[in-house]
Amino acid sequence: MSATPHDTVGRDTTGDAIPGGYRIHMMLCAGTDCAGRGSYRVKEALEREITRHGLSHEVAIGMSGCRGHCGQGPVMVVNPGEIVYQGLSEHDVPRLVQEHVLQGRPLQERVHTLPPQTGTVPLISEIGFFGKQRLLVLRNRGIIDPEVIDDYIVRDGYRALSTALSTMTPEEVIQELIASGLRGRGGGGFPTGIKWKTCREAPGHPKYIVCNADEGDPGAYMDRTIIECDPHAVLEGMAIAGYAIGARKGYVYIRNEYPLARECLEKAIADAREYGLLGENIFDRGFDFEVSIHRGAGAFVCGESSALMASMEGRPGEPRAKYIHTVEHGLWDRPTNLNNVETYANVPPIILRGAQWFTSIGTGDVSENPWGGSKGTKVFSLVGKVHNTGLVEVPMGITLREIVFDIGGGIPKGKKFKAVQTGGPSGGVIPEELLDLPVDFDQLTRVGSMMGSGGMIVMDETDCMVDIARYFIDFLIGESCGKCLPCREGLTQISTLLNDICNGEADEHTITLLEELSNTVKECSLCALGGSAPNPVLSTLRYFRDEYEAHVREKRCPAGVCKALITYSIDPARCTGCTLCARNCPQDAISGENKKPHSIAVDLCIKCGICRDVCPHDAVIVH
Amino acid sequence: MPKLKIEDLETIAARRTKAMTVGQGAGRVKITVHLGTCGISAGAQRIKAEVMRLVQDAGISDVTVTSTGCAGYCSREPMITVQVMGQAPVKYVDLDEKKAGLIFDRHVLEGSIVEEYALGIGSEHTA
Repeated sequence: MSATPHDTVGRDTTGDAIPGGYRIHMMLCAGTDCAGRGSYRVKEALEREITRHGLSHEVAIGMSGCRGHCGQGPVMVVNPGEIVYQGLSEHDVPRLVQEHVLQGRPLQERVHTLPPQTGTVPLISEIGFFGKQRLLVLRNRGIIDPEVIDDYIVRDGYRALSTALSTMTPEEVIQELIASGLRGRGGGGFPTGIKWKTCREAPGHPKYIVCNADEGDPGAYMDRTIIECDPHAVLEGMAIAGYAIGARKGYVYIRNEYPLARECLEKAIADAREYGLLGENIFDRGFDFEVSIHRGAGAFVCGESSALMASMEGRPGEPRAKYIHTVEHGLWDRPTNLNNVETYANVPPIILRGAQWFTSIGTGDVSENPWGGSKGTKVFSLVGKVHNTGLVEVPMGITLREIVFDIGGGIPKGKKFKAVQTGGPSGGVIPEELLDLPVDFDQLTRVGSMMGSGGMIVMDETDCMVDIARYFIDFLIGESCGKCLPCREGLTQISTLLNDICNGEADEHTITLLEELSNTVKECSLCALGGSAPNPVLSTLRYFRDEYEAHVREKRCPAGVCKALITYSIDPARCTGCTLCARNCPQDAISGENKKPHSIAVDLCIKCGICRDVCPHDAVIVH
Repeated sequence: MPKLKIEDLETIAARRTKAMTVGQGAGRVKITVHLGTCGISAGAQRIKAEVMRLVQDAGISDVTVTSTGCAGYCSREPMITVQVMGQAPVKYVDLDEKKAGLIFDRHVLEGSIVEEYALGIGSEHTA
């Protein structure tokens, strides 16, 4: 270990400048064992010591995932020099700062000499899929056993609740939430602290805390995974909300299609009760809080606040006009705070680590105005035509390109990227030219989509945008509650128009009518379901109008999807006569001699696409 | 179990940390199976059963088998994490029972990483 901190001032070993102009960068390992052995406590002690010496502007202290330098934890990497310390405790901190930071020589007795590197297995933190993710809500994923409450306590579980109950007034908790800039992760992006404040100040008693786990967007499963990874984080967030708002009762509205998540939550509630972390007089602080589960029947509209509460009361899940807010007149007409699963899971770290830390992640400035930016991280379910599908948590402000190409690994089979759909059926598509858009609430809304709860569906050149719009509209027709006319009738008419376009039975006027009708449904519907339902149509029209026009003018589907507008044929130059397509064709529409080019009988073909899927030589062409 | 006081959190954390930590209560090796809905649908329950059978058949008591949630990489499930004392954790992906058996023989019993099935070592960034 010859390098001293002064040898390569301002650079780390990879040659990157240390961010923020700091002289020294100290990174403690937040991996399981290191965290268990007290790396967070060492970090806090370091911060105090560095501040005491007035060196906060010179030394940056942070946490990182496990970098594979495992020895006796906690492990810390210091740059420049990539010096690795092991076995640190709070007691080492004054000497460490004295020696390493002030004298410029490593504290030898704690330096960890790394074993020589063998093998070619990469670091998790350097793999594309994981490299740009930052875990805050999912901080315990893959680390704790979600069914063991003690595992959560090891990871500072219920410390935020104890801190709030013993050192903060409810108003201070709310103030911290407002200062953090946390905005609702269910889709609306309403500042959580403001909602809590309004609910606290609303007249009426008792008040209720409700957690919305009625995740219904096709292809989205963020909330399910958060509950399955870390159910206590959601319960702790709800309990803190209960304390801040003055509520003693909480409900989790979870869809019945999530049996594992529900069981996980049931176990967590029972264990928390057993420990007295739910129930009466929690931590002897005179605060009572109970949580029950309400199973939803899986109606998409019940994700809407007033419909959700109607459903909980045993009435049909229909929304009401929102000029009366549920924070004032919610469940059983009482003030009710409804937040999404991910929002509640954000609360414990904010209370524990402070609003200032939270605002260091994300975009904009929320110091004056909680709508002024998007802070923290967002969990997305990345699905569709992308190499790596899965659940990703990224800092707000990351670009769509980084999510799709760096984390997602790009489009499979050498196909070309076409669009990414965000926000589920209420959102819209975002085309390639906007891929460098930073992902936050306001940017996504500005381009005609929305953050939504975090579904992200990637589409390639073989996806027809008219067909995609039709898919979402048909989904919403099934999910519309039917209470208001624009949504009930409007969506059916939109679907008819889209079908006409896909079937080649439309003309220019159809597009105009479609646009007018979409805007009418958007403006006149009672709730957010209808109000946002035309978004898939409007956003595909905005960015892919040429595809609509090709359908109506040329009777052509550029992506080769709409069956009425395409024909299948076999390219004789490529066909080797392997007979695979003929053997798989359900209509016996393909004929030809062995080892000679085959052909498709157009009158028999039902355009199912099986021949194209099975052909090993890409000889099946779609016109 | 009597109701917890604030200071009990510290006691529980200290006790449980020992139990979770490789080289202490968790033994020489910890095998964590990622058992979210996505993992289960890809066959992770079978992998867990196989790993537990292997541990039992080998007649060893210094290996802990535990479960956790999805690590996010749903397209590469089933996934397990193997951590041997003094070494960084290793994540293995796209598993079946046969691969799990090989990982058990080579990594758990002999301490060498099975590179062809390993995704990576270490853990993820936390914010």
